[in-house]
Amino acid sequence: MNLSVITSSVVMIFATWLALFPASGFAADVVNMPPPEPYCQWKVDNYAIKKPLCGYVGDAKRGKAIASNGSIGNCLACHQLPIDGVEAYGTIGPPLEGVGTRMSEGFIRLRVVDTRNISPMSIMPGFYRDPKLINRPGKAFAGRTFLTAQQVEDVIAYLVSLK
Amino acid sequence: MRLIRKSFFILPGLLFLFSANTIYAEPRSGYEYIKPETRAMQDDDFANPGLLTVDRGEELFNQKHENSGKSCASCHGEEGEKLNTKKIARYPVYNNKTKEIITLQKRISNCRSNITDKPLVTDHPDLVALETFVRNRASGEKVNVQTDGPVSELLKKGETLYTTRYGLIDMSCYHCHTLYPGSMIRGQKISQGQGNGFPAYRLDTGEVANLHQRIQQCLNLLRAEPFETDSDEIKLLGLYLMSRSNGLAIETPAVRY
Repeated sequence: MNLSVITSSVVMIFATWLALFPASGFAADVVNMPPPEPYCQWKVDNYAIKKPLCGYVGDAKRGKAIASNGSIGNCLACHQLPIDGVEAYGTIGPPLEGVGTRMSEGFIRLRVVDTRNISPMSIMPGFYRDPKLINRPGKAFAGRTFLTAQQVEDVIAYLVSLK
Repeated sequence: MRLIRKSFFILPGLLFLFSANTIYAEPRSGYEYIKPETRAMQDDDFANPGLLTVDRGEELFNQKHENSGKSCASCHGEEGEKLNTKKIARYPVYNNKTKEIITLQKRISNCRSNITDKPLVTDHPDLVALETFVRNRASGEKVNVQTDGPVSELLKKGETLYTTRYGLIDMSCYHCHTLYPGSMIRGQKISQGQGNGFPAYRLDTGEVANLHQRIQQCLNLLRAEPFETDSDEIKLLGLYLMSRSNGLAIETPAVRY
């Protein structure tokens, strides 16, 4: 008796969850999001952001995970990356294999943070663009950057390591 | 003489440039961008899940309402055979008297109010089903949205909305659907964002969505605050998108990612 009540309530909760958040993965991320972090200012100097965001140190291994995760960095939506086991990747942006030999760290940082400083019509989202510049952000995303400063530094450490 | 000789080289060059340009700008149905297996699914009436919505729409079309004893079919025929498919292909239309953009669903809803006193809210699943059924009657008919007269001003507003960046992903419709059709976004080819297949069955959500719902889903993906149902913005954007599809055959219910 008890067991069936528990089972049915679990099913009910699951069904309600599905009904409320049909696009599951995406909406679940919204629910689990921590409050926005304070925004760190950055400076463009000769087509580069030379200083790491908020002074954070990046970790290439974490960066690789962020880049390949569809609900975090989602770099593969548009770029090809040398990651094993990836079946589909986008062709909107250039392939990024060997990007660490072609571009300096500061240039890569500017590209990831807000590429429109280099090409104003670019389709690429600014991953650390000033939240004040965002038009009609979704309610859950107001005041946020696409990635956190630490996540951006991790991705940059990963991209710099692609040699 | 030298000029004539030069023109032998210049003219074909110019022609080539011009033709390359027109091919690029020509509207192409989303059908050309989906995977072969998705095309096969759309073409097979037993495999296309959108046909279930068409069937549901037909059922509602034939449902007699209590107070009037009438159904849509009372006037338009059991299979909607008395509907004017050329007129269906004109939607959304502009009502010059009320200064209002009327979508096909709104037209159905208005018509429905003549036979029942129980109105349905915009994008109620029953209205979407009726919209899908009615639009399906005009399948193969070429989209023919008005672009002149008072509508031309509205289309300019629609185009502005189309080229405005939204949300945390900070892209406009123009970025994907004008600059990058044919490119891959992960495993899917980006289309021109044409409206001729809508309402369409979406593989991503497993549901039929009309054009307005699709726009809202797209804005959600951009992590933007979607335009509200029945808002001026969504009507203007819907009108603009459908006008871009002029000349393309109606495919409702298309199967799209």
